[in-house]
Amino acid sequence: MKIRQLSLFLENRPGQLRFPCKVLGEAGIDILTMSLADTQQFGILRLVVKDWERAKRALEEAGVVVNVTEVLAVDVPDRPGGLASVLEAFEKAGVGVEYMYAFAPSRERGKYATLLFRLEDPDSAAKLLQANGVKLVSASELFARAEA
Amino acid sequence: MKTQWNDAPGGFHPASAPDFLPRRELEQLQLGRLRSVVARAYERVPLFRRRMEERGLAPDALRALEDLGRLPFTVKADLRDTYPFGLFASPMEEIVRLHASSGTTGKPIVVAYTERDVEIWASVMVRSFAACGLHRGDVIQNAYGYGLFTGGLGAHYGAEALGATVIPISGGNTERQLMVLQDFNVSAICCTPSYMVHLIERAKEAKIGFGRLKVGVFGAEPWSDSMRKHIEAEAGIRAHDIYGLSEIIGPGVGIECARQDGLHLFEDHFFPEIIDPVSGQVLPDGVEGELVLTTLSKEAMPMIRYRTRDITALHPEPCPCGRTIRRIRRIGRRSDDMFIIRGVNVFPSQVEVALLQVEGTLPHYQIVLRREKGLDEMEVQVEVTPEVFSDTIGALERLRRQLEGAIDHVLGIRVKVTLVAPRTLARSEGKAKRVKDERSI
Repeated sequence: MKIRQLSLFLENRPGQLRFPCKVLGEAGIDILTMSLADTQQFGILRLVVKDWERAKRALEEAGVVVNVTEVLAVDVPDRPGGLASVLEAFEKAGVGVEYMYAFAPSRERGKYATLLFRLEDPDSAAKLLQANGVKLVSASELFARAEA
Repeated sequence: MKTQWNDAPGGFHPASAPDFLPRRELEQLQLGRLRSVVARAYERVPLFRRRMEERGLAPDALRALEDLGRLPFTVKADLRDTYPFGLFASPMEEIVRLHASSGTTGKPIVVAYTERDVEIWASVMVRSFAACGLHRGDVIQNAYGYGLFTGGLGAHYGAEALGATVIPISGGNTERQLMVLQDFNVSAICCTPSYMVHLIERAKEAKIGFGRLKVGVFGAEPWSDSMRKHIEAEAGIRAHDIYGLSEIIGPGVGIECARQDGLHLFEDHFFPEIIDPVSGQVLPDGVEGELVLTTLSKEAMPMIRYRTRDITALHPEPCPCGRTIRRIRRIGRRSDDMFIIRGVNVFPSQVEVALLQVEGTLPHYQIVLRREKGLDEMEVQVEVTPEVFSDTIGALERLRRQLEGAIDHVLGIRVKVTLVAPRTLARSEGKAKRVKDERSI
């Protein structure tokens, strides 16, 4: 149920964001979704791609420092209040959120929006969340949706 | 030590008398003292004795001053290797003071003083202040750091023995420094030259002047002639360079007289040699090389032929001021990779110790030194490696703070750590140039 996400360290100076994107482009890697977290000094670019192992290799060969993290993808009802109700389930289950960001809109638009969550212990979190009625999405399902 | 020096109006301070000893008398005095200190070190300092024996030398080998050239050198590593008290020549009950300063690794180097050593120290500081034209009636603001650093207490004891009014304000709190300078009628200030530049900046911003200030005694770090001109013009004072190092005594090894053309070394207490840093050969006056100093009168920690790593030359001609004690050229650079920031000695290897502590391995790093509004800033750029790169901002920030904390712990100064992308710092074939000094003037 876990999704592999790549994280890249970006110094806060010109060209740092373009460079890894160029590397991925040249390797023919399709980015499914991404998020950029920033501080004054540096940023962390988080990516979900289909072939994460190939992407990691290409980036590392180009000198980029890459981290692989496991995140959970959650289908959230695509209506006002949808996210709040899911987060209520998180709270009830005692699962703390490190960070989250949205997946690019898919054909489930109108029904569900997919959000990625980083949690401290994704394995136990997955169990607790499902027990509380949260709808998790597998990697294969995510990639299938992206094909459409 | 409560004697007050009474200075006669005009002329020279009585304490400065040894500055004017005829060369022949001075050299006789030096030889006598040299023989004593070598005998003392031979008897009481195992490291020195071993080195003498290895060379088949005994103290009686010293028949003339030139024979000093045959004796072994002492280097900074010796102080590190004998930490803390291995070079002492007096029993602990006779040691009334300990000071410490930066070593090349995590441990500081320790220096010791007997009661007599403290008196000698005060006397050379009196001679230093006198050479700057100061005397009883002057109000001296001592902004050198008080504590283990020899600057604060060294200047303090000297200023007090001079008979001046001493303000032991120590470093920092610029607003308070400027207030005291005005309100207490300060006539002389002691601090690092870069701190003086900072005071000048702040005084300008606050639109206040320098009151009665006429003299500055600046040291603990190298500073250029253009910096001196800047300070003298902006503050309306005469800026004197003072030289010293903890291993020898602290401040008070040498001072610029009113001519401000080289620093007179108190040769009756500290015997200078200039050597070729590679071959170790003694060089004649006028030729540039590494300054080597031998203490002639200190008891607790005699230093024989200590390599200072400072590059300079001895002036061959006598100074128009009349002093016979020789001058060295102002120190511009060193022969090792040590640098000075805010008056603190720093070795890049110390930064490495800190980085290693936090990360377990040594990442590529670069030290950048800048001067902002007169205040020295040190930045340590550290490459992010896969081992330390973590997915959350919090973890990276924590790493950064840990690195800053470890460096502060080892060096004793706050620095800024910047995480940079891998392979962005310059690599070099030979010894990497770890320090980029962007400070001008």
